[in-house]
Amino acid sequence: MSRVYLDNNATTRLDPRVLDAMMPYLTDRFGNAASRSHAFGWEAEEAVEKAREQVAGLIGAESTKEIVWTSGATESNNIVIKGVTSMYAEQGRHVITQRTEHKAVLDPCKFLETQGSSVTVLDVDSGGRIRLEELESAIREDTILVSVMFANNEIGTIQPIAEIGRLCKPRGVLFHTDATQAFGKVPIDVQAMGIDLLSCSGHKIYGPKGVGALFVRRRAPRVRCRPLFHGGGHERGFRSGTLNVPGIVGLGQAAALTGAEMAADAARIGALRDRLWTALRDRIEPITRNGDPQHCLPNTLNLSVHYVEGEGLMMACKDLAFSSGSACTSASLEPSHVLKALGVADDVAPSSIRLSLGRFNTADEVETAIDQITRAVERLRAMSPTYEMALQAGSLQRRTG
Amino acid sequence: MPYSEKILQHFEHPQNVGSLDTDDPHVGTGVVGSPACGDMLRLQIRVGDDGRIVEAKFKTFGCGSAIASSSVATEWLKGRTVEEALALKNTDIVEELQLPLVKIHCSVLAEEAIRAAVADLRAKQAGGGS
Ligand SMILES: Cc1ncc(COP(=O)(O)O)c(C=O)c1O
Repeated sequence: MSRVYLDNNATTRLDPRVLDAMMPYLTDRFGNAASRSHAFGWEAEEAVEKAREQVAGLIGAESTKEIVWTSGATESNNIVIKGVTSMYAEQGRHVITQRTEHKAVLDPCKFLETQGSSVTVLDVDSGGRIRLEELESAIREDTILVSVMFANNEIGTIQPIAEIGRLCKPRGVLFHTDATQAFGKVPIDVQAMGIDLLSCSGHKIYGPKGVGALFVRRRAPRVRCRPLFHGGGHERGFRSGTLNVPGIVGLGQAAALTGAEMAADAARIGALRDRLWTALRDRIEPITRNGDPQHCLPNTLNLSVHYVEGEGLMMACKDLAFSSGSACTSASLEPSHVLKALGVADDVAPSSIRLSLGRFNTADEVETAIDQITRAVERLRAMSPTYEMALQAGSLQRRTG
Repeated sequence: MPYSEKILQHFEHPQNVGSLDTDDPHVGTGVVGSPACGDMLRLQIRVGDDGRIVEAKFKTFGCGSAIASSSVATEWLKGRTVEEALALKNTDIVEELQLPLVKIHCSVLAEEAIRAAVADLRAKQAGGGS
């Protein structure tokens, strides 16, 4: 039995076509893209600029000059949250974000607060979307930045991005979106959606790890940003440091491929995800799907499998790789802040798992997953005191009946 | 973090899963933890007339280490006196299963469940066959 990887929101397998594109830049074409005086430098620079076009193309950026290379989305988010607020401090020190953001946004926001900024963290509805009227009333005179993720990594919920852009623009507030999970999975258009800053990463789209990008709008408005790294002035001063040429080439190629194959991949992967959900729902009731099925990434399925603990379930599915909503790693278990924000009950949150599919998953693998999860849940429920209590209380008959 | 062979063995073939009659005067029931905390363990013992534990059963909601700890604890209880049961320490379970640091609380829970089961049994017996 071979292993089945269902954790594509954590990271993805490098597409062999991406590796092929990268290989020359790991071997013969090793030049520094900043070397202006010889062909080694020129060919590296040319490759980097082609990648910039590929990434710009995937998000509808007007100019390749709007793409800044980084080490990944964590860095991109940090550049925005620290660098933009620092640059615009005289205009105001208020930032708005929301509760289900990745830690790579929430933690820099917490840091901002220690530096004298004020941060409003919006609540979300039970599907994980912010309420636009709450955003509107949270915007103040001194608000300089709104940071709302495009799609959530745990539950796949897609935010009303274009609507947020429409709220921010006329009020002169910059709009940043952490699009790490949406990039390459759903269409993104920074023009139509009014996005001023956008973070993305290579390793979520079958590209290499340790490389990402930041879109920084240059026109209407021209966004300014203080760099985190000083030294050499690479990337028009936004991010100094010798470019990771093979990584950037990989990210560019990965972006081009996901762009070309997005519609077909989304349809195929979405069908696999739906098969997974309907089969599990029918076989292992009671089970709840978390998130907002109407506004969800095609690949993500977050489930609460009642009366079974998520980590135990993962361990019981020996050949499957997925993740649990919360890790039981200490006496004081920390439930997922995302599920908490949705209002998932404290005694249900530990029963949550995330299955995230990708380009390389097959229909056979999904059937294997359905069988293994079903068997594991039956086995664990037979050992579960809460399941026994529910049976005795007759609450299961009511649920399933 | 990979699990030890011992944890996997007990997780895949847990011993003594099941329930005893809570109303039986010879049965002590201990329930510790809660689903909201991520682990809940119900451990039961039944003592014979000589005061020795003749049966031990558990049901656990929790991770693999919690289930393995329950399995080990119930195995050890069988044939012991109640006093001997109380002498069992969570560190014995940690050692037996080679539990990693982050899973030590699973063994603590098992120890607490044993104490709770014994306390329940003693309360029943002190109640004098009511
Ligand atoms: C929504 C989101 N933001 C940021 C990150 C961090 O990305 P990176 O690994 O590129 O730093 C991730 C991935 O874990 C993510 O899912």
